[in-house]
Amino acid sequence: MLLVVEQFLNGLQFGLLLFLLAAGLTLVFGIMDLVNLAHGSLYMMGAYFAATFAAWTGSFLLGALMALGATLVLGIVLEVTALRHLYGRDHLDHVLATFGLILFFNEAVRLIWGPAGLALPLPAWLTVPVPILPGIHYPAYRLAIIAVALLVALLLYLGVMRTRIGMLIRAGASNREMIGALGINIKLLYTLVFGLGAALAGLAGLMQAPILTVQIGMGENILILAFVIIVIGGIGSIRGAFLAAIFVGMIDTLGRAFLPNLLRQVLSGAAASTAAPALSSMLIYLLMAIVLVVRPEGLFPANRR
Amino acid sequence: MKGLSVSKAVTALMLAGLVLLPLYSQLSGNIFILTLFTRIVILALAAASLNLIMGFGGMMSFGHAAYLGIGGYAVGMLAQEGVGSGFIQFPVALAASAIYALVIGALSLRTRGVYFIMITLAFAQMAYYVASGLARYGGDDGLTVYKRSDFSGLIDLSNRTQFYYLCLACLFGVIFLIWRIVNSRFGLVVQGLRSNEQRMQAIGFPAKRYQLVCFVISGTMCGLAGALLANNTDFVSPAVMYWTRSGDLMVMVILGGMGTLFGPIMGAVVFLLLEEFLSQITEYWALIMGPLLLLIVLFGRGGIMGMLGRAGRG
Repeated sequence: MLLVVEQFLNGLQFGLLLFLLAAGLTLVFGIMDLVNLAHGSLYMMGAYFAATFAAWTGSFLLGALMALGATLVLGIVLEVTALRHLYGRDHLDHVLATFGLILFFNEAVRLIWGPAGLALPLPAWLTVPVPILPGIHYPAYRLAIIAVALLVALLLYLGVMRTRIGMLIRAGASNREMIGALGINIKLLYTLVFGLGAALAGLAGLMQAPILTVQIGMGENILILAFVIIVIGGIGSIRGAFLAAIFVGMIDTLGRAFLPNLLRQVLSGAAASTAAPALSSMLIYLLMAIVLVVRPEGLFPANRR
Repeated sequence: MKGLSVSKAVTALMLAGLVLLPLYSQLSGNIFILTLFTRIVILALAAASLNLIMGFGGMMSFGHAAYLGIGGYAVGMLAQEGVGSGFIQFPVALAASAIYALVIGALSLRTRGVYFIMITLAFAQMAYYVASGLARYGGDDGLTVYKRSDFSGLIDLSNRTQFYYLCLACLFGVIFLIWRIVNSRFGLVVQGLRSNEQRMQAIGFPAKRYQLVCFVISGTMCGLAGALLANNTDFVSPAVMYWTRSGDLMVMVILGGMGTLFGPIMGAVVFLLLEEFLSQITEYWALIMGPLLLLIVLFGRGGIMGMLGRAGRG
């Protein structure tokens, strides 16, 4: 029981983290029609910034806030110097150019911070286990991640659906010429959206940093998970990304936790222990395959007409 | 017409260089260059196979490195189980790649555009994780191939020169095959589907079936490259299938010139030589390579072949 609840919360936490990453990716794709592979690099930069600033200031929270600002600025700089020139080009060009950016970021990190990973230690008040149910404790930090991510998801929803900026963003997504003609500075809007996406990726990175080590290439594996989520949820749909992210986070976490035992009841011990790791890492891809067969355009396509 | 002749001349020069390379290596005593170029030729073969679906078929596969791994693991696993004959290893490598391509293609081709890019990427990553989970065959650490494929005296893969020429022959064979495919009725249909799928379907061509066959052919060719690569390095590991390798292959195709017959070879030669050259200058070669890619995308339309064509027209 304890294990089930714990793994369930782990799945939720991982799913929400994935959502932060996928939301930025899907926002940038839905609005600017830009495939940004370097999104994972922004996630990595968020973690590195947080580890560095936290060490400087001696405060985890201050470091996290500064890192959030730094990734926002980095995203804006990236958009203005490089990615802006890719709008309206072929998707293949996007893939290639941002692939180049990944190489650049990984190497730059190696140059600045060295090849060894960094650690981002948590303050004492975040490491205590919190009782959530009678007799069941859960780490405060993971609970905090769940809370922050849910809050951000809510703000994002309200921001996009209820504010004037959000309205402009949605209008820009459906017809960029028209809103440009209406006197909206579409360039500025795009830069803003990209910065927002970068900050979301940075937030995901800096929150994940204390749980995993901060290392080069940390954004790449998780980026592919974000792609899977976008494919399942439907490109450009934030709602789809949210549901798919939680789904994927759950399946991945629960699969890794319980599949070995399940298999052991069906197969012999040796066969089960060989098949389990491979099968549990395949689970979400199998899920994606099933979704594709049933609904090729994803579960919640954004531009349903 | 003149533009055509410039790119033709450069291509001919490059091919002649590839054929004569072992001679130079022998005369100068530079063995390293032969090893390097064996790798280049093998990856050129992989890039050429990717070009078939990407350049001619318009299917942007971001998971092509998976076939390198599948071909390689077929050789490595059979060798480990005591089956050393290349006459068994290579057909198995090709068949395994074809089957994988059939399944992945059938699923991925239900989508198009960016979805297709992401899905092929995700499936290749799945193959990567599966290989990492194969504890019996080395898992994460990879699998050493202690004995190269044995072709019962017909050709000795341990002989550098013979192995190089085998790879080169495979490359030329594949290029010839692609040339025949592209100019066949089948190839014309596939290229028609790239330009306008709806129209082709309206004429009555079963679009997905044509694309799937093309996808499988391409995957099988790349499986051959994988089997050769495992023999070249005497080693196969999940890293061969890592998604950055798929990216490298895409870069080679674009760099050389997508949808041209010899572009991918040109791209592979330039990309890998550049990588070699930059890594000798600085440990941080990717710091230069990354922005270089960005610049190529922004300014180098049509790749090297395209630039040669423009230079010729003046």
